[in-house]
Order: sequence, then structure tokens, then C-alpha cells
Amino acid sequence: MAKTSSKKVTDISKEKLLEMHRSMLDIRNFDNKVNRLVKRGVVPGMTHFSIGEEAANVGAVAALEIGSDLITSNHRGHGQSIALGINLNEMMAEIMGKATGTCKGKGGSMHIADLDGGNLGANGIVGGGMGMAIGAALTQKIKKTGKIVVCFFGDGAVNEGTFHETLNMASIWKLPVIFYSINNMYGISTPISSVINIDYNYRRAASYGIPGHFIEDGNDLMAVYNKFEEIVKYVREGNGPVLVESITYRYLGHSTSDPGKYRTKEEVDEWKKKDPILRFEQYLLDNKLVTKKDIEAIEKASEDAVEESVKFALSSPEPTLESAFEDIFAP
Amino acid sequence: MSVRDAIIMAMSEEMRRDENVFLMGEDVGIFGGDFGTSVGMLEEFGKERIRDTPISENAISGAAIGAAMTGLRPIVDVTFMDFIVYMMDNIVNQAAKTRYMFGGKGQIPVVFRAAAGGGVGSAAQHSQSLEAWFTHIPGLKVIAPGTPADVKGLLKAAIRDNNPVIFLEYKAQYNMKGEVPLDPDFVLPIGKADIKREGKDVTVVTYGRMLERVMKAAEEVHEAEGVEVEVVDLRTLSPLDKDTVIQSVKKTGKVLLVNDAHKTSGFIGEVAATIAESEAFDYLDGRILRLAGEDVPIPYNQTLETAMIPSVERIRKYILRLVNNR
Repeated sequence: MAKTSSKKVTDISKEKLLEMHRSMLDIRNFDNKVNRLVKRGVVPGMTHFSIGEEAANVGAVAALEIGSDLITSNHRGHGQSIALGINLNEMMAEIMGKATGTCKGKGGSMHIADLDGGNLGANGIVGGGMGMAIGAALTQKIKKTGKIVVCFFGDGAVNEGTFHETLNMASIWKLPVIFYSINNMYGISTPISSVINIDYNYRRAASYGIPGHFIEDGNDLMAVYNKFEEIVKYVREGNGPVLVESITYRYLGHSTSDPGKYRTKEEVDEWKKKDPILRFEQYLLDNKLVTKKDIEAIEKASEDAVEESVKFALSSPEPTLESAFEDIFAP
Repeated sequence: MSVRDAIIMAMSEEMRRDENVFLMGEDVGIFGGDFGTSVGMLEEFGKERIRDTPISENAISGAAIGAAMTGLRPIVDVTFMDFIVYMMDNIVNQAAKTRYMFGGKGQIPVVFRAAAGGGVGSAAQHSQSLEAWFTHIPGLKVIAPGTPADVKGLLKAAIRDNNPVIFLEYKAQYNMKGEVPLDPDFVLPIGKADIKREGKDVTVVTYGRMLERVMKAAEEVHEAEGVEVEVVDLRTLSPLDKDTVIQSVKKTGKVLLVNDAHKTSGFIGEVAATIAESEAFDYLDGRILRLAGEDVPIPYNQTLETAMIPSVERIRKYILRLVNNR
């Protein structure tokens, strides 16, 4: 198993370390559960899983002021929503299309939003959240709130025109926004290497005169977290936007309808050896930052929370037909 | 006061009233807007609130929506409506649907001011009236006023509205003059048509740029033939004031629909269907007639361009066709 790359043993509090581990476990357990429910036909619609990409999500979010800073999320947004602390019951209910869901059953997996928690919403359009992110950052700058925005997107979004337009606009206006590409190396079946003419996309930052950061091992939670701490500080100090890219891997297909023919079993297995959760657990134990008992306790708590969310969702009512005609316009 | 000055007045009043309102777009600052619709505003409000942007319609529209989601109230100067096509994802997939998809959370108070229509020799990529692209999308409001007073009252309403609004201005009419109330509290209701001329013989339903021509045609047929035309100015296309249209058609029993956009799938087709499936159908004693822009890209040559858009003369002829049951 690959070791964590962090050189220093961290001075982060035990609570925070366990919180981050718990977040990763919640993402893994939640998505594994959703996947099983999809196979059983309980989840009616399209979902995209964050399994394998937990560290790339949690490490970034953990460096933010939770409940104050903002994010925009993408179609593979379960990881970001959970890392930001969304109510799991409501999220599971949403994915099942129930009235008690995060979006009253009208958005589903691709449109999970938690405005009070700082999540301006997942997005079904590749690159669709990038404009929203710079606009949210413009508000923070004009109102001098001190908050920053993280715009999450995948490697697939970097060849959309909006990537160029929004990075340029954010850079000329010095907006407090972090453009964060979680590169899982495939846009559905298309390898990123076949659709860009450079090795890594973070290098494009140079075109906008902004810093580009590379997290080569996005499955190393501490590497992601430490890099983000540094970037968040830079952006919060008013230095303008940053482009960050981390490399990770999705264990499952693009969506629930993907049999994954474009990847070999060997490739997937190789990545599973670099599992972000097992590695972080090992790191915590090796450095005696937590005990085996601590780990077991949060594993149990996470599993219970996910089970509870399924119970809540299953026992929740379907939305009324009338509700389909509500919420189109704001009063 | 001109339409241009009514726009400047409406935006300036709202910006004085609410510090969250700001204007963004290409050349809105020192240049005063491609059509002069923000002349003098940079001097009063400064460059943060009269915000020049790169030529990046996608980023402009996206940033406006994100700013609106988080508490500001942007007005976007789209300039030529043709360029709004570059903004379609942000308007159609994001702004129109976000609140709904999120189960009623969040709001997007943003106005897209778009200069529509031809008449200034700008050819096919600078002359379109694309309102029907937006009236087709639930979650958007679409406004197309035809007088300086309505421009002021409805632009102020659009800025105060908590939803995305597409606001059509007509580039051929920025200099058109009319009475405009100076009261800063003069705000008109969105979704309410206005009967611009009362009559008993025939109803003409129109909006936007064509209102001026319809009014002139109505005046001419009255003078020449004593025909009393009722002119229903929709002003707002979405939501459509169906009731005012239906009541007028019930009264006159004859209806002509006029817009400058292409005839096929144009907005007046929707009005025609609305009349046909309403109780007004039983009061009709003639066909529902449409007079619209021809189904061709707008040509550059002035004679050709002029012939592609309903003229006063053709509106007059169509009114008389209906009245004489021809």
C-alpha cells in the first residue's frame, strides 16, 4: 500500500483528523449504499459516485471555513456535499426522489444543494457551475465578506469554453475563487490524455497569470489538505484566483449505466492499492494520532448514519403531484 | 423622453434605491453602452457598479447568475440580442431551473437587457428578435415594451423582481420619444397587458417594436374607413396576460396578431393558440391572422430588410382584410 506523502506529522487536532476520516467514510458508505439501492431498483434516476475520490474532496473542503465559505459542485458531487456536512437523511431522500429530500425530490443526485451550508449546488451541465462560482466570488469581493469560493469540476470540464472565460474573468478581477479540477482521468470513456495537448491541465494557469497547483497524489488526504490550506490562505488574502488539479480515480463507472469497458481490471486494482481511506487510517495509526478504537467507533457511527438515512428515505412520502408546479418562481 | 433616456433613468433610480443593483457588460462604462444606454452612469456610480467586462458572454451571464444567487442584483447589458445565444446555458439550464431543482431554495434576481430587432442595417447576426427561445422555458420572465413609459416602468419592475428576466429593447427605437413619468416610484406590473387603443371592430395584439406601427395603422384605418381598432399591447410575453387578450377578442370577434420576429414558431403563434383554445374562439367571425417577420435571415440591403418586417401599410391591409371578411 502506498504511504502518505506528508513529511511532517501533523499538528491538526485529533477531532479534526477524525472528522476528516469520518467524512471519507460517510462518502464511501453512502455511495456504496446508493449503488446497492440502484441495483435493487430503489433509486429511480441517474447517479454518479465519488468512491475512490474521497480524499480529493474531503482534503479540499476541510481547509475551508465550513458554513461560511462557498462551493459550487458538479454532477459527481456526493463527495463535496457530504464533506461539507449535508444532512445525510435528506440527501438520501433526495436521491430516492422523496418529498423530504434536500430539494423536495425535484433535483436528485445531480442537483444536491445546501445553500445554508455553503453549497451553491451540484450541476448537471459539465462546467455549468463555473460561472456561478465567479459570480459568487464577485459578491464576496464587492461585499468584502472575507469568504472564498471553491469551484469543483472534473477533468472533463477543462475543454469547455466556460473554463477559459471564467478563469480569465476571475483573474482580471482578482476574485476570491479556487478553480479545483479533480482529475479522475476519464470523461466517461475518454482518457484525458487524448483530449488535451499538455500533460496536466493545471499548467493552463500560466495563461491567466495566476498560480497553478498540482496535487499529484489526490488519494493522499494530508497532501490535499496541506496544499489547500496554503491555497485558501493565499486566496483569502485577496491575491486572486488559483487553479488546482489533483489526480485521483473513480472505482466505479461514470454513472450507474456504465459497464466500464474502457478500463482494465488491472488498472482499477492498481488504484485500489492507493485507497485514500485505508491510507489515511494507516497514517493515523502509524503516527499514533488516534487509536484503533477511535477508528472503529467512527466506522460504526458512519455505517449507522448511512443506515439511518436509508430508513428515513424509505419511510418518507413521495412528493405530491401539486408540488411539481411549485418553486418555479421566487415571490 | 427617449427610450434610451428612460432606460438610463430606470437603472439609475434603482441603483440609487438599492446598493445591490449593478450593471455589467461590454463597454457599459466610459463608452456608455453600445447603444448609449448607460451614458453618464459611470460618473455617478463608479466602475465597480458600472462594470466593464471582457467579450465573454458565457462568463458575463454566469457571473451575473452567481452574483444574483448570493445577494446582488445584476443587470446585464447583452447589447445585440443575437449575442445572447452565447449565454444560453447559463440562462436556460442554470438561471431558469436552479430554484426549481433546489426545491424552492435560492433566487436569481437578474435582468438581461437585450437589443432586439433590425432596422439599422446590421444584417443577419445583429437583427434578430429571439423572444420565443425564452418564452418556451419555464422559470424565465420575458418583457418586451413598446413605449418609453412602459420601458421605464417595466425595467424597474424587472430589476425589483426576484427572478431571471429577459428584457427586450429595440435598437431601432432607442431614439423613440414619449411621455415618461419622472416619479422614481413609477413601476408597472409584470404580466399585465395594456389596451393602448380601444375599439369595437377588430383586435390587434402586438408587443415591442411593432406597437408603434400598429398604432399608426389603427389611426390610419380609423381616419380613412372609420374602423375602430382595439390594440392590445402585451408588454410582458411571459407570463402572458391571457385574460386581456381573450376579453378583447370576445368583444371584437376579429383578431390580428403582429410581431417582428420570424413567423414560424414566433411568439404570436402561441397567442393564436391561446385564443383558439379559449372561449374567445366561439366569438370569432373570421380567421385568426398572423403578420410577422418573414422566415429569412435578415438581409443587409435596406430595401430587402424593410420588406421582411411588417410595415404600417401591410398591417393596415391585414386589418381591412379582417374587417371586410376577405
